[in-house]
Amino acid sequence: MHLDHPDTYPHRHTYTAATPTRPDGTRRALRIGLGGPVGSGKTATVAALCRALRDQLSIAVVTNDIYTREDAEFLLRNAVLAPERITAVETGACPHTAIRDDISANLEAVEDLEDSVGPLDLVLVESGGDNLTATFSKGLVDAQIFVIDVAGGDDIPRKGGPGLTTADLLVVNKTDLAPYVGVDLEGMARDAKAQRGELPVAFTSLATEGGVAPVRDWVLERLAAWAAA
Amino acid sequence: MSTMSAALLVLADGRFPAGGHAHSGGAEAAVKAGRVTDGASLEAFCRGRLHTAGLTAAGLAAATAAGIDPLAVDAAADARTPSPALRAAARRLGRQLMRAARAAWPSPELDALAAALPRGAHQPVVLGLVARAAGLGPLAVAHAAAYEAVSGPATAVVRLLSLDPFEATAVLARLAPELDAVASAAADAAGAALVEGLDALPAPAAPLLDITAEQHAAWPVRLFAT
Ligand SMILES: Nc1nc2c(ncn2[C@@H]2O[C@H](COP(=O)(O)OP(=O)(O)OP(=O)(O)O)[C@@H](O)[C@H]2O)c(=O)[nH]1
Ligand SMILES: [Mg+2]
Repeated sequence: MHLDHPDTYPHRHTYTAATPTRPDGTRRALRIGLGGPVGSGKTATVAALCRALRDQLSIAVVTNDIYTREDAEFLLRNAVLAPERITAVETGACPHTAIRDDISANLEAVEDLEDSVGPLDLVLVESGGDNLTATFSKGLVDAQIFVIDVAGGDDIPRKGGPGLTTADLLVVNKTDLAPYVGVDLEGMARDAKAQRGELPVAFTSLATEGGVAPVRDWVLERLAAWAAA
Repeated sequence: MSTMSAALLVLADGRFPAGGHAHSGGAEAAVKAGRVTDGASLEAFCRGRLHTAGLTAAGLAAATAAGIDPLAVDAAADARTPSPALRAAARRLGRQLMRAARAAWPSPELDALAAALPRGAHQPVVLGLVARAAGLGPLAVAHAAAYEAVSGPATAVVRLLSLDPFEATAVLARLAPELDAVASAAADAAGAALVEGLDALPAPAAPLLDITAEQHAAWPVRLFAT
């Protein structure tokens, strides 16, 4: 017996990234995910983006640490944003589950930020460091950045994996270390091109003043496209 | 109204995207304290949880599925959850389940509860209402609630102790007859609650789970949210 199941009852959208508006009808913020291996520079990229863009945009950050609140605490300690703009989601030891298979806690965090700090332009969702297969669900983010670093080995772009090959932007970070770890940046660029075709790749050194500029410019392009859509 | 419905499999699937994967049901604290170290101690832990928190949750879910006002059952859930950390977690999980369920089984009853409690109702209450939307009865949803009470800790302990996953699954299989009994008792109590009121619902508590949940919530470094 079906207790209460009128077949005609409409399927409701659940305010995921598939929906460009919030429940009150206003347009929601652009959501960008940042994933990649442990220690590649995801938090450093988030921090640098916040510093570069916070004067012109209303920004919030969601972190998905594996077992600590390190990422959120780093951002708080360095005061890249006001504390009420940073939320940590707990992932039960599985960041890729929280950003891909069961996005409910992250969606809640994003919506709560939009509700509590008011209209936002940009929400950055950082995944805890994971493996080369980790990708964000399209139900959670509008675009994703995959961050690797030169010290992780110059064979990573050749190995590929869904995170690296399908991300909307691949960032190869810590180019300042290239001479010390003996990596061939041109070879990395060639391998990335072979894996990613026309999808963009940015080489960055966040240790350098203004090093986040290529990522900042890409984010601003995405925002312009989002606003125009 | 039948227990044998594929909708129950969808709802009780560990991959149902409603946030459960981030919770250990107290297992992380028990592992840290040295109370859960292997398959046998996991079984003892799960048995204790099943007959306390599990039975209570199953009763609440069954009562909601039987048609008792979800707001009244939600108040009964608050009264049965002394730990503030666990009350907060139950509402967070309820809100996450609500999101997944409204996509899976849209229903005016779910919309009404979401509007009445936008920050989330207790998870077993939402579960009971989801059962109604999915065409499942009180006994079926009591099974789902009882199963969740033990499957969460078992999965978590596989991650926490690198316990042999076959052993963890064997623990769940050995508990199955007790799960059936707990689900029946919960459904019977829901039937009684329809006549006698919500005090007829079971309220066994596990004080150690409540105390360690409060301690766990204050740990600076942990793998699971509860
Ligand atoms: N030399 C150099 N160090 C960098 C650069 N970017 C980040 N780092 C350092 O690399 C370390 C890791 O950076 P994080 O930003 O914490 O890396 P993450 O990817 O967020 O790490 P997880 O969240 O733990 O996976 C820190 O010590 C940073 O200061 C860079 O461009 N050059
Ligand atoms: Mg980080």
